[in-house]
Amino acid sequence: MQLTLWTYEGPPHVGAMRVATAMRGVHYVLHAPQGDTYADLLFTMIERLPERPPVTYTTFQARDLGGDTAELFKRAVRDAYDRFRPELMLVGASCTAELLQDDPGGLARALDLPVPVVPLELPAYQKKENWGAAETFYRLVRACAGPAAPPPDMPRPPGTAPRCNLLGPTALGFRHRDDVQEIRALLERLGIVVNVLAPLDARPADLARLGTADFNVVLYPEIAAPAAQWLRRTFGQPATTAIPIGTQGTHAFVAEVAGLAGLDPATVPATPSRAAWYARSADSTYLTGKRVFVFGDATHAIAAARVASEELGFALVGLGSYSREFAREVREVAKSHDLDALITDDYLEVEAAIAAAQPDLVLGTQMERHIAKRLRLPCAVISAPVHVQDFPARYSPQMGPEGANVLFDSWVHPLTMGLEEHLLAMFREDAEFHAGAAPSHLGAAAPEPQHLPVWSAEAEREMARIPFFVRGKARRNTELFARERSLATITVETLYDAKAHFGR
Amino acid sequence: MSVLAQTATTSAGCPQPGPRVVQERGQREVFCGLTSIVWLHRKIQDAFFLVVGSRTCAHLIQSAAGVMIFAEPRFATAIIDERDLAGLADCNDELDRVVTRLLERRPDIRLLFLVGSCPSEVIKLDLARAAQRLSVRFTPAVRVLNYSGSGIETTFTEGEDACLAALVPTLPASDEASLLVVGALAEIVEEQMRRLFAAIGIAPVAFLPPRRAGQMPAVGPNTRLLLAQPFLAETARALEARGAQRIAAAFPFGVEGTTLWLQAAADACGADRRRLHDAIALPQERARRALAPHRAMLAGQRVFFFPDSQLELPLARFLARELGARLLEIGTPYLHRQHMAAELALLPDDVPIVEGQDVERQLDRCRAAAPDLTICGLGLANPLEAEGLATKWSIELLFSPTHGYEQAGDLAALFTRPLRRRALLRGA
Ligand code: SF4
Repeated sequence: MQLTLWTYEGPPHVGAMRVATAMRGVHYVLHAPQGDTYADLLFTMIERLPERPPVTYTTFQARDLGGDTAELFKRAVRDAYDRFRPELMLVGASCTAELLQDDPGGLARALDLPVPVVPLELPAYQKKENWGAAETFYRLVRACAGPAAPPPDMPRPPGTAPRCNLLGPTALGFRHRDDVQEIRALLERLGIVVNVLAPLDARPADLARLGTADFNVVLYPEIAAPAAQWLRRTFGQPATTAIPIGTQGTHAFVAEVAGLAGLDPATVPATPSRAAWYARSADSTYLTGKRVFVFGDATHAIAAARVASEELGFALVGLGSYSREFAREVREVAKSHDLDALITDDYLEVEAAIAAAQPDLVLGTQMERHIAKRLRLPCAVISAPVHVQDFPARYSPQMGPEGANVLFDSWVHPLTMGLEEHLLAMFREDAEFHAGAAPSHLGAAAPEPQHLPVWSAEAEREMARIPFFVRGKARRNTELFARERSLATITVETLYDAKAHFGR
Repeated sequence: MSVLAQTATTSAGCPQPGPRVVQERGQREVFCGLTSIVWLHRKIQDAFFLVVGSRTCAHLIQSAAGVMIFAEPRFATAIIDERDLAGLADCNDELDRVVTRLLERRPDIRLLFLVGSCPSEVIKLDLARAAQRLSVRFTPAVRVLNYSGSGIETTFTEGEDACLAALVPTLPASDEASLLVVGALAEIVEEQMRRLFAAIGIAPVAFLPPRRAGQMPAVGPNTRLLLAQPFLAETARALEARGAQRIAAAFPFGVEGTTLWLQAAADACGADRRRLHDAIALPQERARRALAPHRAMLAGQRVFFFPDSQLELPLARFLARELGARLLEIGTPYLHRQHMAAELALLPDDVPIVEGQDVERQLDRCRAAAPDLTICGLGLANPLEAEGLATKWSIELLFSPTHGYEQAGDLAALFTRPLRRRALLRGA
């Protein structure tokens, strides 16, 4: 049993819903109690999709348990087929129905529907949302592409453009729709045809054509890696490993794709981003060494660590992920920054790590956004879990050249701007720059929370003289210092002892 | 409408007065009782709600709480994992460990609810025994109670009912004559009601749930019990079992509902009717003025209710009688005929009330009827908007202060806002 305040991932059947909802012509019958229908609102309210997810829930009740929940399930499948006429059906159980052991797959097969039925076994007490999405996509790809396999290594007829599949984007993904638009355009500029995009917008018949591409582009390994591995084994299709996030990530991706497509490197057009120039501009020198804490899914966290350190000149003071499946990769990157990776899905642990690191900027999920708000630290969101704000109305990819520009803007804007930082420090006696003032573009700051050790009046006065944008950190460090030494009162001496102790 | 009519005729015997009630079974699109925690944990300020359930349960509460990620929420989930199920870990030991860790972190907690879920019920984890055991261990600092918020037993607001019912056996006994108002109300509403009861001459008045665990109201044979919410069947039953006498009344939504509710209380407590009229004259007048502009917008508008919170009947009555709306269908997850008697009597005869749900068939009926305003859950609102229907999400009706005279205008505004907005927006 695990004590959980907030979860980074939903249950695995929500991952399956993300795949089903992204696709066309698929319907998912989920053996589940009524409360599980809450998952619809993730799609209709958070992502604001104009349609209900293609999911039928059996909504069995306690009084059904003594009777025949299996019969209820069969009826739900039959009714859903008659009403929605899907091209393919997914069937499975949520956590409660898993305990009933009704065997949704067997029951649905017995109905002899005229369309393929793909049973999903998603162990709800063991696995989580991303795993569920990956497993569902893999099962679908196997079921649809398996029978339609072309002979392996069939040579491409001369003069045909190289073809790839674009794999991984789902419903409720962090900027998936915009990433797809950006990467598709990038591939087209390179003269590469996108054979199938999946799961987003794909029909089962499209999955059947997966084997006809030359290679696979894996945008989100958390979701597409198992399917891509199977495609490699079955059709000999290689898959990309570079993630096109940031200017360098995009370059590496273009180089990899060009290699897989057999393009002449000389003909590959450059992919300049404005972000690279902005990062070199004089105004950006103040970004140097800003301390950032990064947490998210593995793909986005690793990419953010690279962009932050190599493209913006930030200093990485923490790196972590809730994607246990990719813990090894995250640890490696952390190690190269002399850090221990934080691999956890315990929100409290992440909060403690951020509080201890006292970064200048947090790059995280919506959870870290709340942590940062509470600790009064600037923050930008880089990864799922998503929130309604992570579906902006404007075009806002994370990947490709435009994605690099978006990262620059959304990570730099929360920080105190260059000249403003100096002005605030120089003129901190000015009424407009009073103690509680925040950077002008960030709005008003909330009052400081109460803390345990007592501040002497003289130490308080001293604190007021410290520029506000380091004051929060100084205050917390001093209090931590005082608590560790069981000091009841914080004097000016304590303040400077702590400063010396924490000085970097 | 044909499907509904068919079902209706099968249950039609000799004609009964009041609206016809149809039962429907099929896929339900309703939250489970765990969802009530989202407002209950704000109401009882030193209580903590520990759901014993799955990752789904944790995700549900988190999603329903939406943007309201609190500093340190007073709810959490003890997520059952495969080790617990395989018997590798003893569920009870694990639960004790989790509770101990939690109470160490939160010394401010005085009342802990262990909230049962579908998984905990299917594996027959005995939370009542666990609560007893833990109560003994942590007494007197913390009292531990349990109830079920599971989706196989409860819908949405029934979670509040189950929670309050769990409090009833812990209430002190008293023979004193008193009025007990039951149902979680916004603080501002509670204060208004206290003032009104004082002006009418009803005293003492207590509220369940109280704001703090240490302020539990007393109950006994001279307690008059007045329900402020229509979904408190179990709580009322438990209070009646302790001798309390329920005052039958309409629910305090709108001017009419509030007046009938106060009147019933005044009559039951032997208060003077003239004093009542003096006390309510001003707020009634204010509320009527507040309703006037909304009535102008809602008069003649055709309204369709999907089942959600059991507030549907009183709200439909308010919309029909005070705002002039026309009702097309009132869906409700469950109909408690006895508690709803006063409401049923006020509703127009020609409105079908549908108890239970088959969401697909109901959507068919809704589309065919093309209402001017549809009241539905969060999962359905945007899809219906995308089809061109104006919607009001029902969850907001529970999260905002809506009871009593001073809130009548606000309640009406919740219904007119979607219509006003549609009138405002150009270029869709
Ligand atoms: S319906 Fe049951 S399993 Fe689902 S969230 Fe509610 S209590 Fe948990």
